[in-house]
Amino acid sequence: MGMKFMINCDEATAICDKNQYGEASIMDKICLNFHLVVCKYCKAYTKQNHLMSQWFGKYLTPCDGSEKLSPEEKQKLEEKLQKELEKN
Amino acid sequence: MSENAKHTLDPNKWIELYADYLHNYAITRVDGHELAKDLVQETFFSGIKGKDNFRGQASERTWLVSILKRKIIDHYRRLNSAKGQQEIRMSFYEEGKKKGNWIEERVPQSWGNEASKEIENDELKEALETCIKNLPEKYRMVFLLKTVQQYETDEICNELDITPSNLWVIIHRARLQLRNCMEKKWFNH
Repeated sequence: MGMKFMINCDEATAICDKNQYGEASIMDKICLNFHLVVCKYCKAYTKQNHLMSQWFGKYLTPCDGSEKLSPEEKQKLEEKLQKELEKN
Repeated sequence: MSENAKHTLDPNKWIELYADYLHNYAITRVDGHELAKDLVQETFFSGIKGKDNFRGQASERTWLVSILKRKIIDHYRRLNSAKGQQEIRMSFYEEGKKKGNWIEERVPQSWGNEASKEIENDELKEALETCIKNLPEKYRMVFLLKTVQQYETDEICNELDITPSNLWVIIHRARLQLRNCMEKKWFNH
């Protein structure tokens, strides 16, 4: 049973990543915390990961749906579509 | 229109009615204006070829979106099979005996006084964007869908036809690379 809590750095950081989205399970988080007690690298990773999540939230903006095709692009598309319609 | 009226197709109006809508739909899910445009074009072509299969139960727009969804899944499948596998993936962890331990020269370095660095907002944004651009296409898109567009895990899995464990592996690798890239770009290690 005891061994179940032991995870490696790859697993620990994977849980840390999942946790950034609030989707790590309680068991995941227990294992992660156990690991962080003994691993300074993953501890640094965790700290930096939180900071990066803050940056992502602050600096990356979602597509707002305002992207449009230009009239020329639509014209070209229209022509291709007409050709295709004639074929079918 | 009565409730029982069946929907009909009128391809002559597709561009006018749906081109922008479909393009917008695609652009949040694939990488870039051109690729989105190509997928919209393919969607219209498939629509014309398959117009006899349209049974009129869904609206014209819903039907076209369902074709586009398929195109998006196919696009990511193609990435998996050909180009995706050629992309060099940086590994961060040991194999073999020490499997899963950090590779020594890839361990996270101290970022020093992080707060004082953050004053340069525009530069930070630019560094983030550059690092994201450097990700392999599939990683980038899954990462953006989850982190920026904030889609539910199930929804992304559905739309890209991947499993949740796939998704988390991709997110993990994307974030490992992003952290490493920011360390080099931003903290000059």
